[in-house]
Amino acid sequence: MGLLEVKGVGKRFGGLQALGNVNLSVQENSVHAIIGPNGAGKSTLLNCFVGKLIPDEGSVLFNGQSVLGRTPHEINQMGISRVFQTPEIFGDLDVMENMMIPCFAKRDGAFRMHAFEGVENEKELVEKAEQMLIDVNMIDKRHMNAASMSRGDKRRLEMAMCLVQDPKLLLLDEPTAGMARADTNNTIDLLKEINEKRDITMAIIEHDMHVVFSLAERITVLAQGTPLVEDTPENIKGHPKVQEAYLGEAH
Amino acid sequence: MLGLNKKDTRFLLIVIALTLLTPIILQPFPEGSSLAQFNAGYPDLMQRFAIFGIFAIGFNILFGLTGYLSFGHAAFLGVGSYTVVWMYKLLDYNVIWGLPLAIITSGLFALLIGFVSLRRSGIYFSILTLAFAQMSYNLAYSVLTPITNGETGLQVYTDDVQILMGANEPQSPHFFGIVMRENFWVADIGAWEFTFNNGYYFSAVIAILAFYLSLRIFRSPFGLMLRAIKTNQTRLNYTGLNARPYTLAAFVISGMYAGLAGGLLAAMDPLAGAERMQWTASGEVVLMTILGGLGTMMGPVLGAGFIKYFENIFSKINEQVLRQWFGFLPDGLEGAVVWVAEYFVGSGWHLTSGLLFMLVVIFLPGGLVEGGQKLAGLFKRGKSDEDIDDPEHQPKQSPHVAE
Ligand SMILES: Nc1ncnc2c1ncn2[C@@H]1O[C@H](COP(=O)(O)OP(=O)(O)OP(=O)(O)O)[C@@H](O)[C@H]1O
Ligand SMILES: [Mg+2]
Repeated sequence: MGLLEVKGVGKRFGGLQALGNVNLSVQENSVHAIIGPNGAGKSTLLNCFVGKLIPDEGSVLFNGQSVLGRTPHEINQMGISRVFQTPEIFGDLDVMENMMIPCFAKRDGAFRMHAFEGVENEKELVEKAEQMLIDVNMIDKRHMNAASMSRGDKRRLEMAMCLVQDPKLLLLDEPTAGMARADTNNTIDLLKEINEKRDITMAIIEHDMHVVFSLAERITVLAQGTPLVEDTPENIKGHPKVQEAYLGEAH
Repeated sequence: MLGLNKKDTRFLLIVIALTLLTPIILQPFPEGSSLAQFNAGYPDLMQRFAIFGIFAIGFNILFGLTGYLSFGHAAFLGVGSYTVVWMYKLLDYNVIWGLPLAIITSGLFALLIGFVSLRRSGIYFSILTLAFAQMSYNLAYSVLTPITNGETGLQVYTDDVQILMGANEPQSPHFFGIVMRENFWVADIGAWEFTFNNGYYFSAVIAILAFYLSLRIFRSPFGLMLRAIKTNQTRLNYTGLNARPYTLAAFVISGMYAGLAGGLLAAMDPLAGAERMQWTASGEVVLMTILGGLGTMMGPVLGAGFIKYFENIFSKINEQVLRQWFGFLPDGLEGAVVWVAEYFVGSGWHLTSGLLFMLVVIFLPGGLVEGGQKLAGLFKRGKSDEDIDDPEHQPKQSPHVAE
């Protein structure tokens, strides 16, 4: 049984069938890519995993427990972190403060009233956050205001904020969108390293085939809300249906 | 020191020094000079600076940090006042009973109102708090008359029980015999007169404590979460944090600050009336916070001082004073100028406060604190670029609700 088990998930928006009968299994410690043309329902599917949307039918099990009906913060506390298609960070805060928040959330849970301790005095967490910033090459930007950074840096920060929580499952929605080639390659290396060193399972939505084929162990191709095929990268490359539905169009 | 880093400690020490020296600083003009009317160093006004400073500091914890704009905080001010006066009536005039209880009752009241209002955010939250406060105001005038004494206002009568009242105890609010309305020293130095009042110093010490607590909250993980709520609730949720208990805690804390301020008002003058809960009073603290600098440490205090000072000065000015000022003008012109100016003084002072508020919001979106920083920047230029106005004390300006 996979870390994430999706069975018969369907979701309608008014008359539009965004998802229909989606079955998916993400194995522990693997990198699983979900690809598909624009509007295929990839983000919608991800939203069903994290509590943003509740599917009309089907089930989503994480670690054997259903996530349906739970709020996003409860699902995060179960061990799922998420990177958004447009980076969601704390724009008014600086990079280090952005990093400290997930550290506190991981240690203290959904709420703790620690009104008289100083943030600076939490040595252990500060160290952890700094180490993470070093890992993602952002330590020199620690005092920078998060909103003033480039799109690529925001993304990287968001990823670092997710990783510092040591999630069991990391969901990434187009993590390299808007990044320069060099940044993209760095990100691929970073994700590979994370997957190997930290035992983090990843489900990744991606348009960039270079990223998909360098990272993924399994690929699910989604078209019009339903999985077309699920296979290894080698087999997906040569699959006629995929060529037609997605790759052909992208090239 | 005291759990603060070096910069914050220095900052706190400066605030303490300024607060303790207020009776001197606010009395720059010699008695009897024509400028003496601009002095602010008399007890009644200084007490209000300290008390409304506390109110605004607390309000800033909610509005400045989380961005949740409450229009109902005057309700807690009122609850605090009523609590303290009741303690006078039941026990005795020592404020030691009433003040802690005022914090507790207003805290409980804030828990109730906050719990319901925080089910919504943005404008709906503001309207809910406003509705609650207006309800409290109306109840205080009607159904709750046995508790609030309705329109007359709550006060102490000679036939009140006052079970703890001693034989030689002062017949007005005091703190273990230190009578609030008495001055412990009136210093006549040359043409100047400085008044050192018990009530002011009592409020000032509490205000310093309140400021210190809020400084600690600003620097704490809890404060960080509150700022995160203002910036991006989506990210906060997906980071595993539940915003609701944080906002509720901030709401209750700010309600307790308001209750303490209300209690102190009754400690200076043993009266409590429903008008203290009116929406205009809630609006005033919003103005103070924005005017001074939303989300900054000093801003709310400056804003409170600014509004209370000008309220006092402008409402004192009358036609005679204006005629004296503009006497140098030719007669016809003098009449016209005085006629126009009259609308802005006396009870028309609200017109002036409105204009001042508009000017500040338009030209200094960061409030008086930003103005101060700009001034400091002007003086510093050319000297050295060593950072004097440490940015950490004035968190980055963010687009706020009033923009
Ligand atoms: N909240 C919503 N309300 C209504 N329709 C929606 C909503 N979210 C998504 N949709 C629709 O559902 C379909 C799938 O959208 P989704 O965002 O999941 O696609 P996607 O595969 O992520 O596309 P992209 O590659 O552009 O990100 C689209 O037709 C979209 O317009
Ligand atoms: Mg998408």
